Amino acid sequence: MTLNERQSPALHRRGRGAIADRTFSTAALIAGILVLAILALIFITTVTQAWPAFRYQGLSFFTSTTWVPNDPDGDGPAKAQFGTLAFTYGTVVVSLIALVVAVPVSIGIALFITELAPKRVRSSVTTIIDLLAAVPSVVFGLLGILVVAPALFHAYDGVHKTVGRVPILGKLFGEPVSSGRSFMTAGIIVAIMIVPIITSVTREVFATVPTADKHAALSLGATRWEMIRAAVFPHSFGGMVGAVILGLGRAMGETIAVALTIGAAVHVTPNLFDGGHALPAVIVLNFGDPGSYPGREALIGCGVVLFALTLIVNYAARFIVRRAEVRMKGATA
Amino acid sequence: MNRSVLTRTAVSSIAGIAIAALALAGCSSDNNNPGPSGSTDPYASLSGSIAGSGSSFQNNFEQAAIDAFLAKATNADVTYASKGSGTGKTEFGSNLTDFAGTDSLVKDSDGIAADSFYYIPLASAPITVSYNLSGVTGLKLSGTTLGSIFGRAIKNWNDPAIAQDNPGVTLPDKPIVVAHRSDGSGTTNRFTEYLTAAGGSGWTLGRGDSVAWPADTQAGAQNTGVAQIIKQSDGAIGYVDYSDAVAAGLTFASIKNKNGEFVAPTLDGATKAVAGGSVPADLSFDPIDATGAGVYPITAPTYILVRKTYGDAAKAALVKGYATFLLTDAQALAAGVNFAKLPDDLVQKALTQINAVQS
Repeated sequence: MTLNERQSPALHRRGRGAIADRTFSTAALIAGILVLAILALIFITTVTQAWPAFRYQGLSFFTSTTWVPNDPDGDGPAKAQFGTLAFTYGTVVVSLIALVVAVPVSIGIALFITELAPKRVRSSVTTIIDLLAAVPSVVFGLLGILVVAPALFHAYDGVHKTVGRVPILGKLFGEPVSSGRSFMTAGIIVAIMIVPIITSVTREVFATVPTADKHAALSLGATRWEMIRAAVFPHSFGGMVGAVILGLGRAMGETIAVALTIGAAVHVTPNLFDGGHALPAVIVLNFGDPGSYPGREALIGCGVVLFALTLIVNYAARFIVRRAEVRMKGATA
Repeated sequence: MNRSVLTRTAVSSIAGIAIAALALAGCSSDNNNPGPSGSTDPYASLSGSIAGSGSSFQNNFEQAAIDAFLAKATNADVTYASKGSGTGKTEFGSNLTDFAGTDSLVKDSDGIAADSFYYIPLASAPITVSYNLSGVTGLKLSGTTLGSIFGRAIKNWNDPAIAQDNPGVTLPDKPIVVAHRSDGSGTTNRFTEYLTAAGGSGWTLGRGDSVAWPADTQAGAQNTGVAQIIKQSDGAIGYVDYSDAVAAGLTFASIKNKNGEFVAPTLDGATKAVAGGSVPADLSFDPIDATGAGVYPITAPTYILVRKTYGDAAKAALVKGYATFLLTDAQALAAGVNFAKLPDDLVQKALTQINAVQS
């Protein structure tokens, strides 16, 4: 028996490996390029389609908060106006509220599952959290307007009456809208929606922390919390931020739930209990009847703004992660 | 046991014979009466399929009419997708659909070539001004008061202008919550058309599928969303189409018409508004703020758009058949889905327009 006969036939035959290798690398390259190409095509198409609106409105498309999708005085001097700043502001505010609410909860759940929960509880908690991710967003939206918003109105009112006179807090927690549809309600609903994403990613990251690290911390006399702070967090910081960015992406793009709960008021206000509007919500609510020309083009322009906003936020987050990782892990990272 | 088996066999064979007999009868009657004898349907000869899309306002009417139509035109297929008038017009303009449903007129930017289509009047329906004000029923509002309320010039229910419309009624000292549509909508378009025509100096936002509502108003998605805000908050007022407002059990205000009468929204008031409203030569009738006794002034029209030529004889015949059905048999179905039927003379004009459609 020669050596060749014992080898797998795939390795044995001449030339086959080289062809397979080349095919694989080409396929992978195409797949990689395809992602970039699709992104580029989306960008080019939306910009071309939105161009009439950019031309019509000029730079104020991005800097104005006035959105008048009809001609208010017939053939008079006033014209339709398409300024998207109020929507951009709403998108950012809702996403921030969602993150502030969702991140601590998600990390708490992930730590509970990986570090604290007994084995039997662990899998059932995981399943329930994953089930939450399967609920369609319109269900969250309806839950928001039928249950959460009316119930939270009283809470908002209480908070407003308590801190209404405090300088900065009074501005943030101003007079609430009577239907409860506001930045805050939309943010809380979106928070519930992004908890499963952040939880499942951080859980996976926490699970990769070497047991030796944790045992070392514990053997040095660390309490459980000190062990988490000293061994778990530094090791998984990058992954945690990645999870948060994933959640943020979902929050910024969330459409139906926000459209239903945010209240469709076009303005920039610090009052989180007031109604607002967000980029994806404007698009979905108005695309059927977009108003006078160039209403449809302006809505596509909102899509371009959202696309750009997502890119900027992602890059900023990546930049922050790189700098923070160096600081947390020391020079090795 | 034997008996029951026997019985079952007997029953099924009798049923089988009956079905066969019916089928035969159906065939023979079709063969014997090829068309105009009156008792059979002119629709049975139609075949092929057509698709339409557009106005969500007319969707309930379309679906009821399609069900009734397909029961008669058994070889044909008609579908209607509720997507909003704007999308309906765009799809019609790009030849994706064979007809469109719309509540608004065709503009240059809709992408439909002028002179390539006909308006076919379909029906009309009142837009209610619904409110929620504990202790107050039978609220009356004039156009100018309504304009000031929705323009936020009047912010409290005890305003003198509202009191003037409602002599003898005690109005509470309560802030007014204005509810409107968050989505672009033909209902908003027609309601703001009314406010532009009759709202006086208090209404400055013009008319459109969506307008720049003041930030201290509240918005709900679709008619049902507005209805929900009105139901939720005491002191709320908003505009909701008749069928959704009836379904939601809302309270309606009576609106002052040009004759000086305060009229509550009814289908009868809407039909009167169409009869008293303008009907241009292209049949894009407009019953908003119409003149006449008993007219409900905020009545919204809805149309379908059909092409002047289809380049396909079977398709043209089916479109004409369906449009004819909408104007004749389907008008009797209108009230059942809370639409007002068209007055007879407008139906006659519309039928003439349909006959002008070429294959």
